Amino acid sequence: MTAQRQTVQTWRRQLHGTLVILKKNALLYYLKPPVLIFGVLFPVFFFLAFKMGRPIAPENVVPGMVAMGLWFTASAVGPLVTPWERRAKTYERLISTPVSLHAILAGDVISGLVFGTCLSLVPVLLGLVLTNASVASVPLLAAGIIMSGLSFASLGTLLAAPPASNPSNIMLLSNLVRLPLLFVSGIFLPIGQMPLWAQWIARLSPLSYASAVMCSAFGHPAFFPVGLSLLMLALFTGGFFLASCKFHSMWRAKGL
Amino acid sequence: MEAVIQVQNLTRKFGDLVAVDHVEFGVYQGEIFGFLGPNGAGKTTTVRMLTGVIDPSEGSVTILGHDTRKESLLSREHIAVVPEEANVYLDFSVWKNLMLMAELHGVTRDWRRREAERLLNTLGLAERKRQKARELSKGLKQRLMLCAALVTGPEVLFLDEPTSGLDVQSARLILQIVTDLNRNGLTVFLTTHNMSEASEMCSRVAIIDKGRIAAIDAPEKLSSTISSRQYVEVRFAGATPDHGKLESLPTVLQIDSDNRTYRLYTKMPGQVATQIVQLADKSGLEIMHLSTCKPTLEDVFLHFTGGSREGGS
Repeated sequence: MTAQRQTVQTWRRQLHGTLVILKKNALLYYLKPPVLIFGVLFPVFFFLAFKMGRPIAPENVVPGMVAMGLWFTASAVGPLVTPWERRAKTYERLISTPVSLHAILAGDVISGLVFGTCLSLVPVLLGLVLTNASVASVPLLAAGIIMSGLSFASLGTLLAAPPASNPSNIMLLSNLVRLPLLFVSGIFLPIGQMPLWAQWIARLSPLSYASAVMCSAFGHPAFFPVGLSLLMLALFTGGFFLASCKFHSMWRAKGL
Repeated sequence: MEAVIQVQNLTRKFGDLVAVDHVEFGVYQGEIFGFLGPNGAGKTTTVRMLTGVIDPSEGSVTILGHDTRKESLLSREHIAVVPEEANVYLDFSVWKNLMLMAELHGVTRDWRRREAERLLNTLGLAERKRQKARELSKGLKQRLMLCAALVTGPEVLFLDEPTSGLDVQSARLILQIVTDLNRNGLTVFLTTHNMSEASEMCSRVAIIDKGRIAAIDAPEKLSSTISSRQYVEVRFAGATPDHGKLESLPTVLQIDSDNRTYRLYTKMPGQVATQIVQLADKSGLEIMHLSTCKPTLEDVFLHFTGGSREGGS
């Protein structure tokens, strides 16, 4: 077998492994209580807390709600999977199969993406049906959801790297990262109206760029240009994924 | 003969602690290789390095010629692992657990379905294939683990304490199946605390202690290397002899006693047995039982790991 054919075969096997992991995660973890609480209930309550009693046109809230929904849902799966598998002692078995750690983590990221994408359709549809919001660019909305979902899911996988065998510790860590960023990413207050120091922090948050893409997709003014936002989301995805590969590999032996 | 598993200079450090210290051995095609050692000796760390779960600090492992670090995926294609603790997916059915492991190993749909059906029948799980794994007893979960390992079609099977804490029926079934598979060419790496299991099943055993290989050979050869652990066991019916008289018999190295039973360690058990009979005759003692024994694998294990039998005098 030539080296090229062998490489193609290895990639096919690893891609297949990623899809098997995706299927396993979807069947096992999508309906786990922590995923539903932190992925579904959190954004609903944040929306209600933000909207109730405020004189804001409902259609203006929709892009931010889509971005926030995606932020919580896509990043909810990753922090659960690895700690859960460590605690259930299935992790060791998984990493002794001929599926690379990269492929396993890619499966975790895609699980988060699929979960986030499916659930983000809820605020999109509710916004379109119940408010005067309209989508200015469907391809941009689709690209925004996919790119944002990928970067958020990669962040979720990165947060699962520390060798904790108790999922609640990792969920706590993930909320310590996710909640503060929610308030500096232009969801509740436009980035342009925030103090300068907060505007600089906003530049470090993938949610800021996701929010900007959603605003553009719904025809609203955005703080960041669309091209820059999509590029930044791609860079965040790559960075988070590489970092999660590095840290998962480094801490693989711990917490077995 | 080329080794299926070749371990060279294998070392693993955790900070300052050397868990596995320059270990070397080879496991050959069709062998059942026993890996014995007390708790904390480095067994699990060694197995984790062999199965590619953790990387060695030094040294190398090859599985069927594939280095576990440089060609980790290729090396893992040939192996299957049955850990001590049943780590099946509890929320999946028996069937889904099997399909998942087979799919992760890239086993084709037709093959995995056929093999899974066959294995479920062989291991007595056919009627439970739709049942969730969390509803199974420990013994049945362990059978499922073995099924999930075998459905991947491995050439090398790693078994970590496969019968620990199991009911007799499950333990016997698992050992029987492993023995049958081995007769058909499967190479088995067996980690166990059960000496009779190791002695019965293994063609060779390695004893690891404090991270180093203390001994490695066929069980019977290991037994013969510690001739000083041969002993004569004698039980008296009524009165027992003075302990000092037994101790003073020539070539007796050590005596363990438990009630009316004495175990006299010696390099010349035949000679000591004759002397005991003479002593009993002279002192008017009645012997109920007299036998000469070679050291068991347990004796070998205790000898090399610095332990001692309990209940000695």
